[in-house]
Amino acid sequence: MTAVDLRVAQRPNAPMTTYRYDEYDAAFVSERVAEFREQVNRRLSGALTEEEFRPFRLMNGLYLQLHAYMLRVAIPYGTLTARQMRRLADIADKWDKGYGHFTTRQNLQYNWPKLVDTPDILESLAEVEMHAIQTSGNCIRNVTADHFAGVAPDEIEDPRPTAEFLRQWSSLHSEFSFLPRKFKIAVTGAAHDRAAILVHDIGLRIVKNDTGEIGYQVVVGGGLGRSPFIGKVVGDFVPRKDLLAFLEAILRVYNRFGRRDNKYKARVKILVHEKGIDEIRAAVEAEFAAMDRSAFAHDPEEFERIAAFFAPPPYESLPATSVSLRAAKLETPAFANFVDVNVGAHKIPGYAIVTVSLKPIGGVPGDATSEQMRVLADASERFGFGELRVSHEQNIILPHVKQDDLFALWSMLDAAGLATANAGLVSDIISCPGLDYCSLATARSIPIAQAISKRFSDMSRQRRIGKLGVKISGCINACGHHHVGAIGILGLEKKGQESYQITLGGDPTFSASIGEILGPGVTAEQVPDVVEHLVDYYLAEREEGEAFIDTWRRIGHARFKDVLRREGEDGADI
Amino acid sequence: MPVFKHPQILIASNLTDGEVVFLGPSGWERDHRRARVARKADEATALEDLGKRDISANRVVDVYLADVEIGSDGAPTPLHYREKMRVKGPSVRLDLGKQAGEGAL
Repeated sequence: MTAVDLRVAQRPNAPMTTYRYDEYDAAFVSERVAEFREQVNRRLSGALTEEEFRPFRLMNGLYLQLHAYMLRVAIPYGTLTARQMRRLADIADKWDKGYGHFTTRQNLQYNWPKLVDTPDILESLAEVEMHAIQTSGNCIRNVTADHFAGVAPDEIEDPRPTAEFLRQWSSLHSEFSFLPRKFKIAVTGAAHDRAAILVHDIGLRIVKNDTGEIGYQVVVGGGLGRSPFIGKVVGDFVPRKDLLAFLEAILRVYNRFGRRDNKYKARVKILVHEKGIDEIRAAVEAEFAAMDRSAFAHDPEEFERIAAFFAPPPYESLPATSVSLRAAKLETPAFANFVDVNVGAHKIPGYAIVTVSLKPIGGVPGDATSEQMRVLADASERFGFGELRVSHEQNIILPHVKQDDLFALWSMLDAAGLATANAGLVSDIISCPGLDYCSLATARSIPIAQAISKRFSDMSRQRRIGKLGVKISGCINACGHHHVGAIGILGLEKKGQESYQITLGGDPTFSASIGEILGPGVTAEQVPDVVEHLVDYYLAEREEGEAFIDTWRRIGHARFKDVLRREGEDGADI
Repeated sequence: MPVFKHPQILIASNLTDGEVVFLGPSGWERDHRRARVARKADEATALEDLGKRDISANRVVDVYLADVEIGSDGAPTPLHYREKMRVKGPSVRLDLGKQAGEGAL
């Protein structure tokens, strides 16, 4: 795929800051829909068995789950237009049950589509330049990126052009369509990691060298799941011109040496762990040196053309701070809380980045009704150049809001149940669908998130507690990122009952760490008590400015464990 | 052959819409209370054979036997919490699934 000349690609009301399909892109997705329609017809007629059909449906993001089929829609690097968000809402109403679930991979999942309707859904998505290709299967999955891309003050460079470059390179990459296992890539271009690059198969960090040249620190072998690992640096500074070839070399090494005899040992993290990063680096460098790199030669003009799609929108020249914002905060405390917690600094004076929490107290993390999706689409057009982002934390970001407009935006969000001021706080919980929807799950995760959220429903208490990442998975596959939760919760089955293992000290950022197990599993009913005890202990022990993870790191795991052991009668219940 | 400890019913997913279905006396039912119950190993095997037949006929997918207990009304209820969930719907959305009257319950 190639990007298109902006001069001929304009559409009325099209946001200026997102990639748009050219004819090649549109034809490719359209052909894929037609192909899948035929495959579905052949399945329904009996010409294809389920065994024959399964790979086809998975290549189009269609799973069979606990209660129904599930369709996973790709949202490349989490960027959405208002038009696309409205289409997601329309699909939810027409072919699903009026809601969608935003996931930790910046995708959207429909939980109730019918097989017979799926080709129509894909066709409807294609009309707004969306699809479900490579949201499943042993291929390179949806490339994710910092959800504050292009607007964060700490950014070296917007990671989206790189992510789009990688999307085009990896889409239907014939050599990498049947890897040993799925493969996940994340990109960040900022000083703070909001894309969790160290727990991806490949993590890319945009960096600048001493001469001012932009390049990439390349990390390989991170990942969660059954065997969690923090990624290791395989290339300290890969110049942009070498990026595709270097990634091609990594994938080739993985494709060749990754295990295929055991799916639990097939991810690149296992290869890196077993061979060691030095051997992997040597293999990658040897492949890079030996390969014909002409096919991956960097075309600066093409990169710049893609980057032009992500050019800043037409910002106004504004004062750095808004007088009306200050007044509104004084007048409306709930709004002030929202601004303090969910609104972040923007690189352009007078603007702000707004995180819209999809974690209302007692709600289902990541779920949005079709009406809420439409409100978000409207809000993005009124207050943000028609652009939205999905975060890996299952929230929605409005990246270009004028400070002067924050109160009007908040009022609009509040009326739609979207103004929960908990971004980054204890009730902003990442949770996978768990056994309420997922066939692989061994326990429920959403009710645990709801119970914790309700336990800490006092928002002023949440603010006193401060930043605290609680992450919950309903099985060992770790879709809820529990390993990198400051408090992680893993649902398992123990003697025919749901049981929850608690971990502490996980961190998904540049200071990444995998959480340590606290003790034996607890029941669902005990989880909120355990979390509350941990939080209380942290509040008693913390020093000025410390978040939970800081206190845990300073005083050590054993002391947290000890306090619960006392609570839990010699650890019997924890 | 595995030890037969509990009565069993045959669970599957309907091919066209993915809904959970149960093999009843005269075909696939959307209400687990109408499921045929195998009380012996050979009856369970017979249920499985019928399931394989309907997999081949492209009516259902993902067919398996699940342990149940029999209530005072004679209706089967799954023993494991996973299947307890499947006969109702998501525990976090009581307005969805069979429990909401979307399938039979």
